[in-house]
Amino acid sequence: MDAPYAIEMVNITKRFPGIIANDNITLQLRKGEIHALLGENGAGKSTLMSVLFGLYQAEEGVIKKDGKEVKINNPNDANDLGIGMVHQHFKLVQCFTVLENIILGVESTKGGVLQMDEARAKVKALSEKYGLQVDPDAKIEDITVGMQQRTEILKMLFRDNEILIFDEPTAVLTPQEIDELMEIMRNLRAEGKSILFITHKLNEIKAVADRVTVLRRGKYIGTVDVANTSKEEMSRMMVGRDVSMVVEKEPAKPGNVILKVENMTVASKMHSNNAVKNVSFEVHEGEIVCIAGIDGNGQTELVYGLTGMEPLVDGKITLCGEDISHKSIRARSKEMSHIPEDRHKHGLVLDYPLEYNMILQRYYQPQFTSKMGFLKRADIRAYSEKLEAEYDVRSGQGPITIARAMSGGNQQKAIIAREVDKEHKLLVAVQPTRGLDVGAIEGVHRQLIAERDKGRAVLLISLELEEVMNVPDRILVMYEGEIVGELDPKKTTVEELGLYMAGAKRNVNINANTSEVEESEVIDTAAERKEG
Amino acid sequence: MKEKKSLMKNPSFQAILTSLICIVLGLLIGFIVLLLINPAGAGEAIKTILLNFMTRASAAARTKALGNTLAKTAPLLMCALSICFCYKVGLFNIGAPGQYEAGACIGLYAALAWHCNWLICLVLAALAGAIVGAISGALKAYRNVNEVISGIMLNWIMLYLTNMVLSGKNVKEVASPYTIKVSKGSLIPSAGLNTLFANNSTVTIAIPLAVLFAILIWVILNKTKFGYELRATGFNKEAAKYAGMKEKQNIIVTLAIGGALAGIGAAFLYLTGYQQWSTTQTSVPGMGFNGIAATFLGGLHPIGTIFASFFIQSITDGGALIDKSVYPSQISDLISSIIIYLCGFVLFFKFALNNWIGKKDKGGPNVNDVPVTDNAAKTEGGDK
Repeated sequence: MDAPYAIEMVNITKRFPGIIANDNITLQLRKGEIHALLGENGAGKSTLMSVLFGLYQAEEGVIKKDGKEVKINNPNDANDLGIGMVHQHFKLVQCFTVLENIILGVESTKGGVLQMDEARAKVKALSEKYGLQVDPDAKIEDITVGMQQRTEILKMLFRDNEILIFDEPTAVLTPQEIDELMEIMRNLRAEGKSILFITHKLNEIKAVADRVTVLRRGKYIGTVDVANTSKEEMSRMMVGRDVSMVVEKEPAKPGNVILKVENMTVASKMHSNNAVKNVSFEVHEGEIVCIAGIDGNGQTELVYGLTGMEPLVDGKITLCGEDISHKSIRARSKEMSHIPEDRHKHGLVLDYPLEYNMILQRYYQPQFTSKMGFLKRADIRAYSEKLEAEYDVRSGQGPITIARAMSGGNQQKAIIAREVDKEHKLLVAVQPTRGLDVGAIEGVHRQLIAERDKGRAVLLISLELEEVMNVPDRILVMYEGEIVGELDPKKTTVEELGLYMAGAKRNVNINANTSEVEESEVIDTAAERKEG
Repeated sequence: MKEKKSLMKNPSFQAILTSLICIVLGLLIGFIVLLLINPAGAGEAIKTILLNFMTRASAAARTKALGNTLAKTAPLLMCALSICFCYKVGLFNIGAPGQYEAGACIGLYAALAWHCNWLICLVLAALAGAIVGAISGALKAYRNVNEVISGIMLNWIMLYLTNMVLSGKNVKEVASPYTIKVSKGSLIPSAGLNTLFANNSTVTIAIPLAVLFAILIWVILNKTKFGYELRATGFNKEAAKYAGMKEKQNIIVTLAIGGALAGIGAAFLYLTGYQQWSTTQTSVPGMGFNGIAATFLGGLHPIGTIFASFFIQSITDGGALIDKSVYPSQISDLISSIIIYLCGFVLFFKFALNNWIGKKDKGGPNVNDVPVTDNAAKTEGGDK
């Protein structure tokens, strides 16, 4: 008799010093189902998957494949059992072709020479069967993120994996690409593959999953049928309390211009061409303007240009009436707060205690440093304690906790506390909710709206559609380094936003300085580009 | 049990413990090598290395020998501080020997050719070291040249430049490759310290000064705005930039300060009259490299390097006292270099120690329950 479960993890417990990452968790993946694994950050999803992949060994509990107990001591064991994973950050060789990436590690050779024809035929058959369109000879660096993801999926299928794990696969996709992925997942299910879908997006679970297992703070909360459970119920299971799904806010009352950007051009470090091309926009006090777009369309460079991390090639930035185009980062930071995209790379000195991170841009000010150049340690500690209390930053040992030892959510809270508390007129928030759980996201959004209501100007850079639609008062869409459209979040739809983000639509009046282009013409070229 | 565990987790205790493990292992391996060469004298030889000045016959000879060790500890400590300071800012100053050579070059030249006062010689030596350090720093900051590569190159460039400069007229002895003896006005004063060490004239205020420098470096790194900024740059250059610090300038300043410390180190040796510079030497002085070992053995802590420098200098001197009728003449350097080599393993042992503690913790009972709000847990239970 066939066992009903493709893979079972029964009563898994995994401890780390000071924390139980997985406390008696059971996850049963049926054959031919899409099973979502839902949980906030730090809920234990990653640990559980690492146990399944043999990266960690569980202290208690067993893993069963087709009803038989198996030992998974390393990722090779997992591969042998037919378990494959699409990681959140793709593991592809950039300068290899799609086909080369797919066969990497399982190449067949004859006399030391690669045998590609057989592999090519198999890849072709697989991509037709599951509707995974890719060009096997395209280089990874030249194809879209969506195609890279399909390459990853083909990699798993090429290895005849039966159990497919998708780790937050939609984070980097456009709405259209997300729809396509959902369709692919359904196809895979129809062919009898079992899918584990890690996410914290309830819409996607509703759209595609059969059942969902919810974890919270390392504990198993339950497994429910998606069809019989509302989004609100799932969210309550995940967070442990009611979460408002809609961002509540009063209409904006924009005032004077705080930030004025004219014809800004910023060079890219990755390519020889300019990442930001001739961009102009304004942000007023008391409004949240969101720069939306798919990752890698110049948003990062736009922020670098604004904050002074990269010099401008051309253009002018005016902040509160002062030309800051060529001012230093420190000079700009007097009126500008910046929640950086990468909190580990830029936002924090991870090896410094929390209290030192709280004064990262202001350590030299008289509040924290004496005239002799000595740090005022008591004042620094008091300030850190104040911020921790006000912004609910939690850590093991308070101000002296090393930032590295804090959870991602609390690290982000610390950065937000620091940036919001610092004197400023403009807040540049770059993906401030990245990697945060639903509860924390809600808090960040409330913080941003509070900033706005205090009369500050907020420039939000976001990749999350829900955020783009709900938080800002105006949306500017960026595509290939240009602002291609201005939208009113109240009047637009996700579909329309998606068309702008994919470069298929363009609002010609937005860049007064660029030459007027016929709308239809732009759509044509964009469509052609898509075809190619 | 609990107290013992928390002691094991205390970073200072860990640092001291791992340093001691390194020393013991170094001595053990050194002893094995001695056994392999000649079992008969091994015990005596390792005792000589460890006891160093204590092996001397009379009390006066002992204090005098201790004075010699201390006199050489001061320059070693300065080199160790140079490396330690840069390391705290995320830079590996393997160019310390080159900066040390520059310090010797200008310090000695000022003393011998211009008959400058010792303090002026000291300042010039510091400046020379700082300039050499700043070259590595500028290359790193503006051209992203690894400071290790440029440091090693500069070590050799400075060696031959120093040999050349110190071969000049009125600087070098006519009949020997050595520089002439430093005259009294340019020697670092003893301020009576020599009388404590059986009139050992090489014992000068350089020794307490070096210790003061160690304390100063610690204060700068840990208590000041300047240190805060430098360490932030060392930990995370990108975050430093984000915070508006001038991270490029910080790199140059750091290596310049490191260079100055190494330069002063050279002055602390050559301006005490302990040694004369040999203008025919073809190897980079070991002082700078031994500084690396002293830094690691000292737990990367300025105060720790004081003791580590003394220990390393002591075994080096002790090694020279090994009975040469029993062992070949290279034995002293061989054994002390084995011990110094093992001293560099401190970080490795620290890592292993933490792993070991971590494993022990995992095996134990529930360490800390992850708090879950009771109410929430109950409602969830009800839902099922």
